Amino acid sequence: MMAVTSETARVETKRRRFSLGGGATGPFIGLIAMCIFLSLATDTFFSVRNFLNVMDQVTVIGVMAIGMTLVILIGGIDLSVGSVLALSAMVMGFLGNTIGLPFGVAILAALLAAALCGTVSGLMITQLNMPPFIATLAMMSIARGIASIITDGEQIVGFPDWFSNLAIIRYGGFLSATVATMIVLAFAFWVFLRFRPAGRALYAIGGSPEVARLAGIRVKAVTVRVYMVSGLLAGLAGVILSARLDSAQPSSGLGYELDTIAAVVIGGASLAGGVGGIAGTAVGVLIIGFLRNGLNLLHVSPFVQQVVIGVVIALAVAADTLRSRRRH
Amino acid sequence: MTVSSPSPDRDVVLQLRGIGKTYEPVTVLRNLDLDVRRGEVLALLGENGAGKSTASSIIAGLVRPTVGTMTWQGAPYAPASPADALSAGIGLIHQEMRLLPDLSIAENVFVGRLPVAGGRVDRAQMERRAAQQLHRLGLDVSPSMLVRELRVAAQQQVEIAKALTLKARLLIFDEPTAALGGDETDRLFEQIASLKAEGVSFIYISHRLDEIALIADRVAVLRDGELVATHETAQVPVKRLVEDMVGRPLDRMFPAIQSIEGGATRIEVEGLTGVDGAFSDVSFAVRAGEVFGIAGIVGAGRTELVRAIAGADPVVSGTVKVDGVPVHPGDPRAALDQGIVLVPEDRKAQGVLLDHTIADNIALGNYPRVAPSGWVRPAAVERFAEAAIKRFGIKGRGGQLARQLSGGNQQKVVIAKSISRQPRVVILDEPTRGIDVGARAAIYDVIAELAREGLAVIVVSSDLDEVLGLSHRIMVLNRGRNRGILGHEAAGRIEVMELATT
Repeated sequence: MMAVTSETARVETKRRRFSLGGGATGPFIGLIAMCIFLSLATDTFFSVRNFLNVMDQVTVIGVMAIGMTLVILIGGIDLSVGSVLALSAMVMGFLGNTIGLPFGVAILAALLAAALCGTVSGLMITQLNMPPFIATLAMMSIARGIASIITDGEQIVGFPDWFSNLAIIRYGGFLSATVATMIVLAFAFWVFLRFRPAGRALYAIGGSPEVARLAGIRVKAVTVRVYMVSGLLAGLAGVILSARLDSAQPSSGLGYELDTIAAVVIGGASLAGGVGGIAGTAVGVLIIGFLRNGLNLLHVSPFVQQVVIGVVIALAVAADTLRSRRRH
Repeated sequence: MTVSSPSPDRDVVLQLRGIGKTYEPVTVLRNLDLDVRRGEVLALLGENGAGKSTASSIIAGLVRPTVGTMTWQGAPYAPASPADALSAGIGLIHQEMRLLPDLSIAENVFVGRLPVAGGRVDRAQMERRAAQQLHRLGLDVSPSMLVRELRVAAQQQVEIAKALTLKARLLIFDEPTAALGGDETDRLFEQIASLKAEGVSFIYISHRLDEIALIADRVAVLRDGELVATHETAQVPVKRLVEDMVGRPLDRMFPAIQSIEGGATRIEVEGLTGVDGAFSDVSFAVRAGEVFGIAGIVGAGRTELVRAIAGADPVVSGTVKVDGVPVHPGDPRAALDQGIVLVPEDRKAQGVLLDHTIADNIALGNYPRVAPSGWVRPAAVERFAEAAIKRFGIKGRGGQLARQLSGGNQQKVVIAKSISRQPRVVILDEPTRGIDVGARAAIYDVIAELAREGLAVIVVSSDLDEVLGLSHRIMVLNRGRNRGILGHEAAGRIEVMELATT
C-alpha cells in the first residue's frame, strides 16, 4: 500500500511541476479548444492582426488582473479597481491638461493617487478589521466620487501625441508600448510569485493567515502592500485606457472589477485564497478577450455575449470544483 | 475473535457485514463485521488511519461503503446522507463541533427542522423542547443563549441535545473528550450512562485509552482498515489495547532522559503576565538540553502562556530572554528571529497549510535558508524538504498535499518546518493530540533528539504521563499561576495533580 501511495505521489509531483500552477491546466485546454473552434468558424479569427487587436483590447483588464491575482491569492477581493482606474485617469487628465503640469508628472501623480487608494483599502482591512469586500466596496464609491468631483463629471479630451501613440504605434509592427508593458508586468509578477520568498508568502497567507503569521510573515504589512499594488496597477490601467481612448472620463472602468475578478477566477484561482497564479490569470484574461472577440466576429449581440461569458465563468469554476472534489 | 456468522443475538441493533471502502487505489476499510447491541457502549479503537473515522462515517451516512451491507434494528440500512441516518435514529457527534455560533442553542438544536405553527417558527415550542433535552443532560443554561457564548464542553452537549431531539438510538462519539477537562469528562460519562439505561447505544472513538475501562462495555480494535480484535469486556489492560492497535508488543514509550550537566540557561521567563488574566507573574528558566514540561488542567493558561512566549499573543508585563537577550513581546517574527519556535496546539488552524504540498509547508518561513540568493528554485525547495522528510521520518513525499497525511505525519511536518530554522528554544503545545499511539513514540524520539542537540525544549501536554515521561522538570500551572516546579525524580501523577487542582 505504501508503494502505491508513493507512486501516486511521484506522479503528482511530476504533474505539479509541469502544470501552469494554480489549477490552470483545465482553463488552458479550454482556451486552446476555443481558439481552434473560432479559427474554423470564422475566416478572420486566425490572423496576426486579429491576435494583436485582442491583445490591445485585453491590456486594461490584463494589467488590473495581475493586481487582482495577488489580492485573491491572499484570500481578499478588490472591488475598487474600476473606480480607481477612473480616478487615476481623471487625476492625470486634470493635472496634465487642465493645470498644465508636465505630462510625465501628471502620470506619476495619477499612479500615486491610485496606490494611495489601495493603501487606504489595505489599512481599512488590517487596522479596522473590515472585511475586504466592504472596505473595497467603500473605496469603490469614494474613488468614483472623487473622479467625478475633479471635473464635475466632465470628460477630458486630447492628450499629447507621444502619449496616445503609446497605445497606437506597434513597434516592429508588433507590440504597442502598452501591450509590452502588460507582458513585462505579467512576466515580472509570474517570477515574483513563483520564485521570490515574498511571493510564496502570499500563498501562505491565503492558505491560512495564522499559520503564516506564526511562521514569521508580517501578514498585515504584506496585506496593505498587496492592496497598494492592486491600486497602483488599476491606476496604470487607467493611464493605459486614457492613452487608447485619447480621453479620460469619470465613468470609465465601470464594472471592470467584475471582469477582472472573472478573469482571475476563470484562471483557476480560488476565492478562498492560497490557490492561483499569473499563468492561470493570463489564460483567464485571454479566454475573456478571445471569447468577446470571437463572438463579435460571429456577429453575436452584446447581450447574448454577456450570457455566454456568465456561462463560461460558471463552467470554469464548476469544472475546477469537480476536479478538486474527485481529488479529496 | 470476530463473529462473522449472523448473530442470533436479539439485542443487536446495528449490524455491519463485509463493509469495505476503497478510495482508488487505497483501501481504507476492508471486510468489516461489527455488531452494536442495545444500550451498550462499544469502544472503537485504532491508530489514525486505521479506519475508525471511515467506519463511523459510513454508519452515519457521510460516506457510502464500496462493498458490504448493514442492518439497523433488523431492517436493511443503507443511508445515502446524514439526514437518512438521523431520521433512522443514528447521530454522529464530531470531534470538531459543527454548530452555528451566532444562533441560539434552541435554533442549533432544531436547525433544518424548526417547529412551525401557523406558518411561523414556533419559538416557544422550540425553546421548550430544547430546554427539556438540556435538562435531561443536566445542563443549566437558557436555550435562547447564543452558542458562541458557551464553553466547548457545553457546546458539545448542545450537539448531544440535538441528536437526542431526533430520538437518536445510536450515538457515535468521535474523540468527545479531546477538548474537555476532567470534570467535564466525568459529566459526559454520567450522561452516557444514563442514556445507556434508556436503551441508547454508543460507538465511542477515543485515543485516551484509560477512559475505555471507565466507559465502554466492549472494545473493537481496527488496524490498517481491518478489525483485528474484539474484547467482550472493557476490562482489558491498556498495554494489551496498545499492542492490538500497533500490532507489536510495546517495549518502551519514552526515550531515556539525558543528563543536562553544564547546560547554560537558554531561555528565561520573568514575571510574565498575559491579557485577561489568562496567566500572571509566571517565572522560570530552561537550560540548553533540557526538556521542560508544563502541566495543568484545561483552562490553566498553558497554551496562552506559551503562545505569549512565542510572541503569538501580546503580554501585559514581564520579560522573556533568550541567551540573555530580551525578546520584543507580541511579535512572532521577533521571537523567531531570536530562535524561539512554537509548534502550536491546533495543527490544522495554526500549523500546516492543508492544501499546500509538504515541501511548501516545510519551506515556509525557511526561505532565507532554502533560497539564500533570494530566488526560490523548486528543486532547492524539494531538496530542502527531502532532507527534513528523511530526518524526521515523515511518511510522505514532498509533492504530496499536507491534507493527505495522517495527523502524526502532519505534526512531523510542523516540527520539521519549525526545527529547520535551527532554533534555540522550541515549544511544543500538545505535540501528540489526536495522534495515534504508534506515531507518538516517534515524536517523543524527536523531542529527546532536539534536547540532545542543545536546544531548550518546552512541552505542554494534557497527557500527564507524557509530561512526566519526557521532562527533566515540570512546572504546574493552576489558574494562570506557577504552583511549583518539580524535578523528574520528585514528580509523580499525584504530586502534579495535587498542585494542578488545588
